[in-house]
Amino acid sequence: MKTQVILNERQFDLTLQRLCRQLIENHNDFSDTILIGLQPRGLSVLNRIKTLTESILGHPIQCGSLDITFHRDDFRRRATPLIPSVTNIDFSLENKNVVLLDDVLYTGRTIRAGLDAMLAYGRPNKVELLTFIDRRFKRHLPIQADYVGKTVDSLVSERVSVEWKEIEGTDKVILYTPENDG
Amino acid sequence: MDNLSVEHLNGIEDLSPRDIQIIFETADRFKEVINRPIKKVPSLRDITIANVFFENSTRTKLSFELAEKRLSADVVNFSAGSSSVKKGETLVDTVNNILSMKVDMVVMRHPNPGAAKFLSERVDARVINAGDGTHEHPTQALLDSYSIREKLGTVEGKKVVIVGDILHSRVALSNIYALQKQGAEVMVCGPSTLIPKYIHELGVKVENNLKKALEWCDVANMLRIQLERQDIQYFPSLREYTMLYGLDKELLNSLSKEIIVMHPGPINRGVEITSDVADSKQSIILNQVENGVAIRMAVIYLLAAKVER
Repeated sequence: MKTQVILNERQFDLTLQRLCRQLIENHNDFSDTILIGLQPRGLSVLNRIKTLTESILGHPIQCGSLDITFHRDDFRRRATPLIPSVTNIDFSLENKNVVLLDDVLYTGRTIRAGLDAMLAYGRPNKVELLTFIDRRFKRHLPIQADYVGKTVDSLVSERVSVEWKEIEGTDKVILYTPENDG
Repeated sequence: MDNLSVEHLNGIEDLSPRDIQIIFETADRFKEVINRPIKKVPSLRDITIANVFFENSTRTKLSFELAEKRLSADVVNFSAGSSSVKKGETLVDTVNNILSMKVDMVVMRHPNPGAAKFLSERVDARVINAGDGTHEHPTQALLDSYSIREKLGTVEGKKVVIVGDILHSRVALSNIYALQKQGAEVMVCGPSTLIPKYIHELGVKVENNLKKALEWCDVANMLRIQLERQDIQYFPSLREYTMLYGLDKELLNSLSKEIIVMHPGPINRGVEITSDVADSKQSIILNQVENGVAIRMAVIYLLAAKVER
């Protein structure tokens, strides 16, 4: 397995900083905006974006986490995680501007399930998508992100891994390529 | 993939401690779902479930049906009273006829012990036992333990006394298995005629004095006297039973510590438990009912994952 660092710690930080500023550009003071991280890995993106955005704005912003297990389209089709994670949305999304956050956008199926799951909490005014990594050539559904940290062109056999200081010890994005794929 | 070690839920006896933990963790999430503005998830859109009840039931049937509908399953109901069973059809024939209509799961209550296991060995569907005679009532025991866990943080190390008609109670047997698998200590309390002769072989304590039993426990699970299953008289009168084994406010207040009071329902107010105890803050009877839906959603969801496409 060959590894290639796509984003190192400094580039990782710059990317997060840029995403925060793009969000602020579109959502001003976040008074009608809610950030929602998709469980499990979208939560790391959410926590970082939330901390950075709050330090720039100087006030707290409303956030939640959403688990999509019960809304997946592959229940009973493959070995998907059966045990769901926590959903923490104790407010209504009615007429709010929602930004969904995830670490890697790949087939788009997680986001489809997320859009479905989210509707249990009200009808948002607008929904946007922020992804830290966009693997753009393997989409199964017509879903695109509004905010992209880094676009990665990769083969199906390759794997992209986003590592977080809080979980893996360092901030970086790595591309894994099997040896025989050159 | 983490899933249950069993293909059907015939009884708690078949479950591992890890199975119980998986069911509880899944139920935690469903409890959040049933408190949302829209209390429904689409997981089981392609699953059909038959609720087959050969015995009367109000809350269990309602709870299962609600759980199935909140998971978006299609539900068909069957009650023995209004069916061909009265015309002499056998259990397997009845259920096979239902299964021919492409049903994936069967939730069954039956007056004969072992009926769920018998069925699960003979039909091509997942079977959930909703009570088989005096044998087991697994989802009730799961929701009882889940309610204890919710109230006290854990079941491990807790002392639970089951009071009343142990002899005829499927709830008692399932509770004994469930509590012991989670590391709780179990005592049964009631008149000697209503305590099975060899129950100590299950590793439970036996006590005939209610006051002593309540002083020992953290949780008291008060059972109903199952008059419909009693073919002979096991005690002189209901009034005498109430005097010796009924829980009232005076007795509850006389204890040296605050205990939790449970009841699987239906309550006979004024017999095994008085109204002021049933409605007191120490009672978690209504929490049990709410948790019943979450627990049944978890069991159905986890077993549905094993239905072949």
